[in-house]
Amino acid sequence: MRTVFKTSYDADIRLFKHGGEAFWYGLLALIMLGLPTLISEYFLGEVINVLIWALAGLGLMVLTGQTGHASLGHSAFLALGCYANVILQNHGVPFPVAFPLSGLIAGIGGVLFALPTLRLHGIYLAIATLALAVLVEDIIVLAEPITGGVIGLNAPSINLFGLEIDRYLNTTAFYFLTLGIVVIIVLIYRNMLRSPLGRSFAAIRDSEISAQAMGVNLAVTKAKAFGLSCAITGLAGALIGHFVGTFNHETFNIVISIQLLLMIVVGGLGSIHGAFLGAIVIGVIPVAIAFLRDFVSSVTGSGTIVIPGLESGLLGAILVFFILFEPLGLYARWLKIRTYFQLFPFYRRDMFRRQKTYLKTERLR
Amino acid sequence: MSLLELQGVTLRFGGLVAVNKVSFSVTEGEVFAIVGPNGAGKSTIFNLISRFYTPAEGDIRWQGKSILGLQPSEVPSLGIARTFQNIELFERMTVLDNMLIGRHRHVRSSIAADLLFTPFVRREEFRHREAVEHVIDFLDLQPYRDKHVGGLPYGVRKVVELARALSTQPKLLLLDEPASGLSVEETQDLAFWIEDIKKQMGITILMVEHDMKLVSAVSDRVLALADGKPLALASPKEVMAHPAVIAAYLGKPQGAAA
Repeated sequence: MRTVFKTSYDADIRLFKHGGEAFWYGLLALIMLGLPTLISEYFLGEVINVLIWALAGLGLMVLTGQTGHASLGHSAFLALGCYANVILQNHGVPFPVAFPLSGLIAGIGGVLFALPTLRLHGIYLAIATLALAVLVEDIIVLAEPITGGVIGLNAPSINLFGLEIDRYLNTTAFYFLTLGIVVIIVLIYRNMLRSPLGRSFAAIRDSEISAQAMGVNLAVTKAKAFGLSCAITGLAGALIGHFVGTFNHETFNIVISIQLLLMIVVGGLGSIHGAFLGAIVIGVIPVAIAFLRDFVSSVTGSGTIVIPGLESGLLGAILVFFILFEPLGLYARWLKIRTYFQLFPFYRRDMFRRQKTYLKTERLR
Repeated sequence: MSLLELQGVTLRFGGLVAVNKVSFSVTEGEVFAIVGPNGAGKSTIFNLISRFYTPAEGDIRWQGKSILGLQPSEVPSLGIARTFQNIELFERMTVLDNMLIGRHRHVRSSIAADLLFTPFVRREEFRHREAVEHVIDFLDLQPYRDKHVGGLPYGVRKVVELARALSTQPKLLLLDEPASGLSVEETQDLAFWIEDIKKQMGITILMVEHDMKLVSAVSDRVLALADGKPLALASPKEVMAHPAVIAAYLGKPQGAAA
C-alpha cells in the first residue's frame, strides 16, 4: 500500500495525491484524446452519450451524493437548460454565450425551487421534486409559442467561433466539445470537494444540527447546493439538446429523472467516479442488450426477435441486483477490490462495513 | 466579567416546564458545571444557548447583548462552540474534515472563489489546516487524522467532537456530558484537557456532566438543577453537600426537611 509522506498542507489539497494517480489519469486523458481515431463514429456517439449522462449525473451528485437530498425532478432542470440554450440561440445569441447562460438559468431555477422547499427532507423533498418534473413536462406542452409544444424544437448546429459543430455532420468535433466541458465541470467539482463549500454540503448531509452548531447556515447552503447542482444539470441538458437534435416534452420525462438517480446510486453516491461509472452502466446496457439480441437471433436463425419491454426489464433487473448486493455502488466495489490487492493478504471482509451509528440527537424542531 | 448570562429563562414544551426561571452567569475564564438528575433540563439549556430553542420568558445575553435575535448558525460566530450528548459528528467524513468544518465560522471565501479554487482560497485552506493541526497535536489525534469518523471507537469520537469544537477557536466551550461513556483513564485525560483548555487557551467552559468526580476536579462553580428549577449555585463541594441537591438525587432522608 502506498503511503504518502506529507510534508505540506498541499498534500491534502492537490488534485492528484501521488504520482501514480497522475499517471493513470494522464493515461486516461490520452486515451480519451485518441478515441476518435480508435473507434467508429457510431461508438463515438455512444461515448458522447455516456459523457453527457455523466455530466447530468455529476449535477445530481452535488445535491444527492454531497448534500444528501434526493431529487426526482432533475429532468426538469435538464429541460430548462436544453430549452434555454436552444431558444437563446434561435434568438441570435451565439453558443459560447448561450451555453453558459443556459446553465446559469437552470441554476437560478434551482435556487428558486429550493427557496420554498428548504425545510423538506428525504421522501418529502423527493415528492416535491417529482411534482416539479411533472409540472415542467406540462408547462413545456402548454407554452407552445416558446417551446414548440408537443412538436418540439430543433437544435441548431453549434457555431463555436466560426467552427461548425454538429453531432451528425461532425461527430468528432462534438465529442471534443463535450469532453472539454465535462473536464471543466469535473475540475470545478473537485474544487468544490476540496474547498469549504463542499465540506459545508457534506456537513448538511451528515448532521444538520451539528452543521448549524458549527456555523453553517442551512438555508443558504442548501440553496447553493441546489443552484450548483441544477446549473451543472442544465449544462448537460443543453448538450442533450444538441445531441438528440430534435426534442420535445417527452425527451425530458419523469423516467429520465429516475434513471438519473438510479445511475448515481449504481455508480456510487458521493464520488465523481460514481457519476461516470453509473453513466457507463446506463449507457452500455442498452447497447449490449441490442448486440446480444442480434447475436442470439443470428445463432438461432430465428430472425430479429422483438420482445417489448425486454430492454427496460433487463435494465431494471440489473439495477435491483445492484441495490441488493452492492448498495454503495460500483465505485465502492472498485475500492474494495483495490484495497484487497493493496493489503493482500490482510484484507478483512468487514473493512468497509460502517459501524452502527449511535443514538442520534433527534431533530429539535 | 460576565461572558454569558441567562436571566430568568423559561421554556415550556406544551404543559411541561422544561426550564423554569433559570438565571446564572458564566464569568470569563472559569469552568462552570451544570449538574442534575435526568430530565432536569441541562441539555435543554445548551440547546437554548445554541438557539435551537427560543425561551418563552427571560433573556440570554452574550457579553451584555441579547442573542435571542440570532439564527442557530450565527451563534458560533460569537465564539460559542459546543459538543453534543449523543455525538453529532459528520460520519462519512474524515476526522480532519470534521475539524475543518469547525473552521467554518472563519471562512471568508465566496462560492465562485471556492469553485475556481483561487490562490486566496488555497492560502485560506493553509491557514485553516494549520489551526486544525494545533488542535490535533493538543488532543493527540494524529493516528486518526485521515480516518473516517464512522469507523472510530466511541471514546475517540468523543475526543473528535471536542477537537471539532476547539477548531472553531471559541471563547466559550459548551460541553454536553463530555465524560459519558468514557473509561476511567479517558476521563482522567479529559480532566487534564479541560484544565489546559482553561489555562493555556483561556477558553471559558460551561459543561453538563454526571460524573461528580470530574465535576469537583475541574469546575469552579456548579449549578444544580432539578425539574428545570435551579437548586443551588456554589462551589462543587458546597453544592454536593447541599440538602436540596441530595434530596433531588437520593430522595429526602427520613425526618429531614429539604
